[in-house]
Amino acid sequence: MKKLSKNTVYNLSTYGIVIVAYLIVQGIVLAGGLSNQIRGQLVPICVYISLAISLNLVSGVSGELSLGHAGFMSVGAFSGVIVAAALRDSGMGGVPILIISMIVGGVISGIAGLIIGIPVLRLRGDYLAIVTLAFGEIIKNIINNLYVAVDARGLHFSMTSADGFNLSEGGRVVINGPMGATGITKLASFTMGVVLIIFTLFVVLGTINSRHGRAIMAARDNRIAADSVGISVTRCKLLAFTVAAVLAGMAGALYAMNYSTVAAKKFDFNTSILILVFVVLGGMGNIRGSIIAAAILTLLPELLRSVADYRMLVYAIVLILVMLARNSTVLKNYINNVVNGIVSRIKAPFSGRNGGKGGASE
Amino acid sequence: MKKVISILLVVLLMAAVFTACGSKDAAPAPASNAPAASDSGSGTIKIGGIGPTTGAAAVYGTAVKNGAQIAVDEINAMGGLQIEYKFQDDEHDAEKSVNAYNALKDWGVQMICGTVTTTPCIAVAAEANSDRVFMLTPSASSPLVNHGENGAYDYDNVFQLCFTDPDQGLASAQYIVDHDLGKKVAIIYNNADAYSTGIYQTFKAKAAELNLEVVSTTTFTDDTTDFSVQVADAQSNGADVVFLPIYYEPAALILRQAKSIGYAPVFFGVDGMDGILTLEGFDASLAEGVMLLTPFSADAKDERTASFVKKYTEAFGETPNQFAADGYDVIYALWNAAKAAGINDKTSAADACEKLIATFSGGSFSVDGVTGAGMKWSKEGTVTKAPKAVVIQNGVYVGF
Repeated sequence: MKKLSKNTVYNLSTYGIVIVAYLIVQGIVLAGGLSNQIRGQLVPICVYISLAISLNLVSGVSGELSLGHAGFMSVGAFSGVIVAAALRDSGMGGVPILIISMIVGGVISGIAGLIIGIPVLRLRGDYLAIVTLAFGEIIKNIINNLYVAVDARGLHFSMTSADGFNLSEGGRVVINGPMGATGITKLASFTMGVVLIIFTLFVVLGTINSRHGRAIMAARDNRIAADSVGISVTRCKLLAFTVAAVLAGMAGALYAMNYSTVAAKKFDFNTSILILVFVVLGGMGNIRGSIIAAAILTLLPELLRSVADYRMLVYAIVLILVMLARNSTVLKNYINNVVNGIVSRIKAPFSGRNGGKGGASE
Repeated sequence: MKKVISILLVVLLMAAVFTACGSKDAAPAPASNAPAASDSGSGTIKIGGIGPTTGAAAVYGTAVKNGAQIAVDEINAMGGLQIEYKFQDDEHDAEKSVNAYNALKDWGVQMICGTVTTTPCIAVAAEANSDRVFMLTPSASSPLVNHGENGAYDYDNVFQLCFTDPDQGLASAQYIVDHDLGKKVAIIYNNADAYSTGIYQTFKAKAAELNLEVVSTTTFTDDTTDFSVQVADAQSNGADVVFLPIYYEPAALILRQAKSIGYAPVFFGVDGMDGILTLEGFDASLAEGVMLLTPFSADAKDERTASFVKKYTEAFGETPNQFAADGYDVIYALWNAAKAAGINDKTSAADACEKLIATFSGGSFSVDGVTGAGMKWSKEGTVTKAPKAVVIQNGVYVGF
């Protein structure tokens, strides 16, 4: 038997963590032990985890600060909503409609990412951050002025108002400018959320461990050296950026399908920053960290409802303290010692039986 | 130092986890089994409020929260059917609003005063409709909170205490024509805001019907701080009335801009303009002569309003605005309806919902409040009450 590489073990255990967490939570839900408050949070948590993982591909792995991730999320959300509305009377079940809208949302968001990425990724560092921020806002404002209706004749688009559509019988406005989309049929489920996380992990981890992934990281670590060995830096970064946009679009579509209404205002600069906070807090380039940070930081403000007025204050303090603790060598060493202690205690009986660590598998 | 910080952090996280667990464990108990026996005839109903008390729209949520608190205190002092009241923050965000709603559900809420703002209200309405929880919103004014376009959805459990946006647009156009405020109208509205766009659309349609000439229509978005283009456009087109279906913050900037170029038309606002006089750093003389359509004015002379304004000012140190009045009226409307329908602490939220729908849409149920006397509701959930316009003179609202 071939010994598994360190990367493969890491990747498999990441999938394992997600699946085990899913089974535990699903078990508690079925047993009726979960409060409404937490249960209502499950889908958004899955969405934010996917967003954090995909942004990590851009910010952590590719090393470019992107401040427009929520823009791609909104492209996916609104295209997903349009698709779901168009398919509503097709007689398909909820799950196929959700999957199709997520795929379409992802593809359209990916196209937006590609179009934006081509000019933007020629910039570096702060300039790139500023331009992605601007594009996020542009997307938001375009959707704020977008009117879409669906009727028997198909889809109608307008950038001024919904008045001129002359809809036929049974037609309805799907996206109504700043009002956003209303009357969305709720299709999202926790299971679909976990499926999305696993798909996101599969794509992102696959990209990281591929030839392209190594090129992306080489370009991040030393652009000049990467250039000199024939890696097209812009193309690498464009790949990471587009893949992240596709995944953000899929997450956005799932997010939209979890609420009866979604407005462009939601996907503003603050949401982009929120996702970036998950990534930074979980650790740049650390996929597992992103998952944990997104889950905890989404839950935290809700768990703090008991302190009412001081909720956001406590949230901010916790953020600062976690940032400090993350960079504290004392705490890190302590945690490492504890983890190593546990690991060696678990391994001890096995190594005793096998006569040495890994001996049998060599 | 680092050690101290890490220990502090651990303690804090533990505290957070424990408080959370505490509330979680405690919450389902009253929901699942009826609370302990109450004295016969009275009892305590649980009313939950949802609205933004932090973030950009915090002014509105806080006002509703406080206004409702005054009503709850009054009712509980009166005896009889008592109210347990809890208000949750939603940051004017649909996602957070659904979270707030779920938290209230864990608490065992029987009916909801909320939500304060429109988009979150639609999101919560869908959840509440499938759970069968009654909602009376103080201020979410879009017709979309209970009825989708072309019957896309129909939330029969959601009622509104405020005028709907179309009603405000219609009433404003009618008012301008009836009182002959001007012949040429300019409109400046926020095209990134559902509320503003909603009023604009019906105003435009009604103005066309009434042969009111709209000479200038300009827009802005949430981040706009310079209104020179919009105001200059209105002036150069000779508008003698400027209709501002917007919130008071941009309105204050527009008034300042108009003053600086010596342009003095009649400014006509809607209920979002309410609050302009309490805006920090705003020169009240700029608002002189501004008219607005609002169901509530704090200087009204009737006994009910005077008593409410007095109590509110004492408790919170500021004059209540329309949102506070809406919150106050919602609690009284819910309380009266609960009494009429015979709801007590043993009634489940779903039963209470059906009873309240029957009561509110029954036709004979009416409420006298500070935002209008004899408020009645239609089956569609919209309220009927007389619109009032006020004009600002010497820094106070004067009935018009």
